[in-house]
Amino acid sequence: MSGPAHRRLFALLSGLGRVSLLLAEIFRSIILQRPRWSEIIHQLHFVGVKSQGVVSVTGAFTGMVLCAQAFFQFHKVGMDTATLAVVSVSMSSELGPVLTSLIVAGRVGAAMAAELGTMKVTEQIDALRTLATHPVDYLVVPRVLASVIALPLLTAESIVIGIGAGYLVGVHLLGIDGTYAWANMIRYTQASHVIMGVIKSSVFGGIIALVSCYKGLHCGQGAEGVGKATTEAVVITSISILISNFFLTLILTKLLP
Amino acid sequence: MIEVRDLKKRFGPTQVLSGVTFQIEKGESVVIIGRSGGGKSILLKHLIGLLSPDTGEVRIDGQDLARMNERALLGIRRRFGMLFQGAALFDSMSVAENVAFPLRHEKLITQNEIARRVDEALEVVDLRGTQDRKPAELSGGMRKRVGLARAIVYRPEILLYDEPTTGLDPITSDSIDQLIMRVCSQLKVTSIVVTHDMRSARRVGRRILFLHMGRIYTSGTATELFASDDPVVHRFVNGISDSQEHVL
Ligand SMILES: Nc1ncnc2c1ncn2[C@@H]1O[C@H](COP(=O)(O)OP(=O)(O)OP(=O)(O)O)[C@@H](O)[C@H]1O
Ligand SMILES: [Mg+2]
Repeated sequence: MSGPAHRRLFALLSGLGRVSLLLAEIFRSIILQRPRWSEIIHQLHFVGVKSQGVVSVTGAFTGMVLCAQAFFQFHKVGMDTATLAVVSVSMSSELGPVLTSLIVAGRVGAAMAAELGTMKVTEQIDALRTLATHPVDYLVVPRVLASVIALPLLTAESIVIGIGAGYLVGVHLLGIDGTYAWANMIRYTQASHVIMGVIKSSVFGGIIALVSCYKGLHCGQGAEGVGKATTEAVVITSISILISNFFLTLILTKLLP
Repeated sequence: MIEVRDLKKRFGPTQVLSGVTFQIEKGESVVIIGRSGGGKSILLKHLIGLLSPDTGEVRIDGQDLARMNERALLGIRRRFGMLFQGAALFDSMSVAENVAFPLRHEKLITQNEIARRVDEALEVVDLRGTQDRKPAELSGGMRKRVGLARAIVYRPEILLYDEPTTGLDPITSDSIDQLIMRVCSQLKVTSIVVTHDMRSARRVGRRILFLHMGRIYTSGTATELFASDDPVVHRFVNGISDSQEHVL
């Protein structure tokens, strides 16, 4: 193996090692330390409540375009009323969780990495440590818990809005028979699809907070370091979401009846 | 007692500390001087376990910090107060919240008592009435004094000051020096002051350690250092640059 490739592989592996250590520290903190409810609620507000705008728009337009595309294909074979079922199943188990998480990763992940990175370069993290406060307890755990809780809720919201918007487009714009389409949707959408979406988005929430906090805490020097940490947080989070989504689909399909 | 033995630290290609050894007794007040970029801040961060040495030991009452994990260090750090060179205030919090922050661990203390102690600490650093301001709204010197208030509010046993008077006017500098001496003598704290202000070094330190080229080059009282005929020490304490040396 050539020199630089060698070094990059080493950097990747040691980065993974440090993320695992951070994860272990987070679990230790959740089990052993008293949680800071006020901060968790503050983060829930930031991650959850304030992401609703972008998440609704994403959900609505995804549902709409999905409905239109499905309709164009199904219409050729005269299966118009299957359209909503397709919208519902793919929104619940794939597009809802993945797109919501990607959008939230851009908004929340970047903010977390930038905030912790700035604290790191201005020595505020060191100040926390000298004041006998573990940065993981104080900063990371509330963000991780808030993301793990907020993402499934946001995803559920985006699924509902997506299906609703799809219904409106399908029935009122494309002229599908609403009653049959709705009945087919209920028939083909199973609880396991929704449960899969909820579990996935919870995992994605954890990935967003974990990677972004890691990037912030290990940020390089100065404004450049913060900028780099922020970009990397968003890129790595997005890639990790897409990759883990594939494996989660395989695993959860096996596990869920 | 603080013991540092053969402490070495490098960052990439630069060997910042190359074998620092000294001891500081309980209740002593010591000044560390040295050139800018000489590694004083780095040394101070080793004393409180923020950085761990490449080799060597830092012992606080016999316990080696390098062998402790972060959670164990948190307990030790409760005995320390530290003023950072850049103050390192929490910029999302008000001045009062910053100063009250170290008290959040103490469970038996009421809100009123916290407010009283915060007011008292701010009074000491001459910053009455700034409680509700944010750090960004303060001048550099004011921020530094808030940092000082935050470091002394919980009455730690060992205080580390990184350039407490840099960027302050001579009168405020003098009052901060007085404060450091008062805290040291009244509360029996051990204080370690990093500075390159020789006037304040002379006022505050019974003993002065001169950090040069990554080692403790020499140590002694202010009078001894001023009387030294070693060229390096002489140039430093009198502030004479070497004509051969390129401007940094
Ligand atoms: N995180 C770091 N990475 C790389 N080099 C560093 C790092 N921190 C400090 N250094 C280097 O270590 C040396 C000592 O830095 P330090 O901040 O201790 O100096 P100092 O003596 O406190 O200077 P000053 O009086 O200007 O504050 C400097 O040359 C600096 O470039
Ligand atoms: Mg310094």
